[in-house]
Amino acid sequence: MRPRSIRRSIPAVLLGLVAVTAHAGAPASARPASTAPSPIGLVEAEAPPFSEGIFPCSACHASLEKNGARRELAFHDEQQSVFSHDAEHRWCLDCHDLQDRDVLRLASGATVPFTESYRLCGQCHGDKSRDWRAGVHGKRVGRWDGAKTYFLCVNCHDPHSPRFKGVREIVSNGKRTVAPTRGYLKPEPRPVRPEEQRR
Amino acid sequence: MSANRSRPPSGPVTRRAFLRTAAAGAAVSAAACSGAPGLEAVLRKHFRELSPDELRRDLARIERRNRERFGRATHVTAEGPRPGVEFGYGLDLSRCVGCRRCVYACVKENNQSRRNPQIHWIQVLEMEKEHGVDLAHADLYYEADAVPRPGKFYFPVQCQQCRDPPCVKVCPTQATWKERDGIVVVDYDWCIGCRCCMSACPYGARHFNWAAPTLPPGELNPEQHHLGNRPRPKGVVEKCTFCIQRTRAGRYPACVEACPVGARKFGDLLDAESEIRRVMETKRVFVFKEELATHPRLYYFYAT
Amino acid sequence: MSGIVEFGRGCVRQVLTGGRAYKAWLALLLAAIAVGAVAYARQAAVGLIATNMRDDVSWAFYIGNFTFLVGVAAAAVLLVIPAYVYQWKPLKEVVVLGELLAISALVMCLLFVLVDMGRPDRFLHVLPLLGKPNFPRSLLTWDALVLNTYLFVNLALVLYLLYRTYRGRGYDRRVFLPLVLLSIPIAISTHTVTAFLYDGMAARPYWNASILAPRFIASAFCSGPAVMIVLFQILRRTNDFPIQDEAIWKIAELMSYAMFLNLFLLGAELFKEYYSATEHLAYTQYLWRGLRDASGAPHGALVPYAWISLACSVSAFLLFLVPRTRKDYRTLNLGCLLIWAGVYIEKGMGLIIPGFTPSALGQIYEYTPTGTEWAVAVGVFGIGFLVFTLLVKIAVPILVGTFRAPDRARVPAPAGAGTASP
Repeated sequence: MRPRSIRRSIPAVLLGLVAVTAHAGAPASARPASTAPSPIGLVEAEAPPFSEGIFPCSACHASLEKNGARRELAFHDEQQSVFSHDAEHRWCLDCHDLQDRDVLRLASGATVPFTESYRLCGQCHGDKSRDWRAGVHGKRVGRWDGAKTYFLCVNCHDPHSPRFKGVREIVSNGKRTVAPTRGYLKPEPRPVRPEEQRR
Repeated sequence: MSANRSRPPSGPVTRRAFLRTAAAGAAVSAAACSGAPGLEAVLRKHFRELSPDELRRDLARIERRNRERFGRATHVTAEGPRPGVEFGYGLDLSRCVGCRRCVYACVKENNQSRRNPQIHWIQVLEMEKEHGVDLAHADLYYEADAVPRPGKFYFPVQCQQCRDPPCVKVCPTQATWKERDGIVVVDYDWCIGCRCCMSACPYGARHFNWAAPTLPPGELNPEQHHLGNRPRPKGVVEKCTFCIQRTRAGRYPACVEACPVGARKFGDLLDAESEIRRVMETKRVFVFKEELATHPRLYYFYAT
Repeated sequence: MSGIVEFGRGCVRQVLTGGRAYKAWLALLLAAIAVGAVAYARQAAVGLIATNMRDDVSWAFYIGNFTFLVGVAAAAVLLVIPAYVYQWKPLKEVVVLGELLAISALVMCLLFVLVDMGRPDRFLHVLPLLGKPNFPRSLLTWDALVLNTYLFVNLALVLYLLYRTYRGRGYDRRVFLPLVLLSIPIAISTHTVTAFLYDGMAARPYWNASILAPRFIASAFCSGPAVMIVLFQILRRTNDFPIQDEAIWKIAELMSYAMFLNLFLLGAELFKEYYSATEHLAYTQYLWRGLRDASGAPHGALVPYAWISLACSVSAFLLFLVPRTRKDYRTLNLGCLLIWAGVYIEKGMGLIIPGFTPSALGQIYEYTPTGTEWAVAVGVFGIGFLVFTLLVKIAVPILVGTFRAPDRARVPAPAGAGTASP
């Protein structure tokens, strides 16, 4: 079982490495046509950046022993403390690949690069994924009749704590985009009541 | 300015224009005592009766007036509806968190009066989950440190761009009408300020300039449409136009782009691939105050 | 032609001469008009923000007064029906005075609409040819049409009658009667169209009731004649005006029936609202009991007025119903006053404000008129009363025969002309 899945994942890992390199270098403009929204003129928004210094994961993990047993981690406290993504049933290696920490892993065992994390999300959240591809879930900006930018799952949802709270505008990779916030949004001021408008 | 606009042939224009000139004397003296908008505006014909030449002059007049009022160069167009396009709007109530970002994006984009009088084309109502969509338990003036508040949901209301708009029906001067792409517009230079349309609108979507708008010159949006966001005079009615200056140029409305949760969907109802059509085909949508048979183009839905 | 000029001069003389009380009254009215003019100048300068109307309550005091006065205008002429049916002797006098009242009320109606407009400088846009009236779809164009038609029919009728009488010639029944009979359906239609203006609006459930037009007519039959009763008494005392007690009592009796109908229709509305208790009940509740807003704060500015109005209407009804109080001029005049108060509240603020409260989005804004609104209204009433005073000052001497063309001054009115001047 295990050897086979490893063997099958080797090409994917290689691909993933290429993709990650692309992600780290130039903006990922090329997308696989099969999975993401298809109409021409769609532009992917810039994903929020990784936490500083955390990527590539293999920088640390290469020298660590690979342990696939589910357990309480003694490190990655920054994720553990907020982790709230069906925490009872899920843990790191449901999504992160044991063999190659620089890619994500689908339920099938296939790996995907971080830039295509929506494929991972879509495995469980199929309805949202379908809506997102049609432009019904999530947000698009630009032209209703042409080129538009669509935001990714990770622009609005922290994968470790995916419940939507809010977003803030950031600049990532020299581009304006949005990133999820930990706290809820504060509403803008209420309208002025009619009786408060006098002259 | 650009005057690319398709209009129906006009009939008794010349006679009307003649009579209007003849009667101008009385009107001019009346204008003098009510914050004179200038002879040109008083003598001007109804927007839909302007010849292409007159329209160009009218756009130039507005740009000139903008410069006088705000000391800034502006670009005013009268871009017409696109053939074969009918706009539709979707609002996902299961997403809206009531943050009012749309309200202020709209104010900024559409040059609304800031304060005293304050005009908001979008009004976000806070409602109780316990009661559902019930105006008897709706609060427009909610204040909170964080939204959404527990037990509440949010219901933004703006012009529903009705297919059978009661406001258009009651207007005594045809100063408001429905364009072919579905947008209900107002000719600010023709409106007499009787406010019949405000009584007739079931959505509180029409707003009156109770005084000259307060609009800081620095915040003026210079990209303007004649029937949309150009600065309004006092004493006339205004309303949401689906950001006519943006959408007729192919862009999303400002509220759609400002919404942080992606609750707002916009597109061409006649395009089967558009987002709004996907909403209508895959979600259960409803329209506000359906029983009044206004047949809105704004559809509310719950994506989940 | 010289006759008309001479008539005009005579009218001016009539208007300028009068006793101390008359001059004091004119001074008072001119002062009221001045107050109104100052207030309106301010409103024109800053905009309608000088009023307390806002987007939530976008019509208010001005339009309330307009609605009430349309009723007064309509009902004044409707007195012609009983005058004709019961063959009162002074038919012509009743017609003329009713129409003078109608003319003055219409002047006030049009002025109240004008002061309510955001852009009065663009009034031409409603007119055919000069503007682009949305006829026949917009009820306001209908209203403008019927109000102005009514005004012109009344003016024509009154001028014709007065001028003929002034010249010492009788009026031609073939001209007079058709015009009078025409003015009756127009009177009814002015008030019906005004009711339709409101009840055609599905967005305002408080108005969107088919009972509204009948209620308008019924309440108008109360408020218009109430003015006439008081006026007849004043003229009888000061000008030897030939109207009998029986005619006045008959008017009062008819008013009690109209008031009964008005109260019955009100009861029918209240039953339907409270028994069915749909979401549309909120407006009625706001008027009669007050409402709480989303934060739980109570709002009930109109509640006392609603009950005062009901108390006035019911007591006036009783006073006019019982023959003893109807025939006693003290209670009769009290009844007229009560009817005015009752209908003024009911058809003015009591009709307009609850239509907007709560607003189309369920919000509650408590409207009360500003000083500017009161002052402008005082000015408009000043103009209306002045118009009425001057018209009566000219008309009554003509009717009683003391103001005649110089060459006709000593010639008695021709017999068989349908007049009953002494």
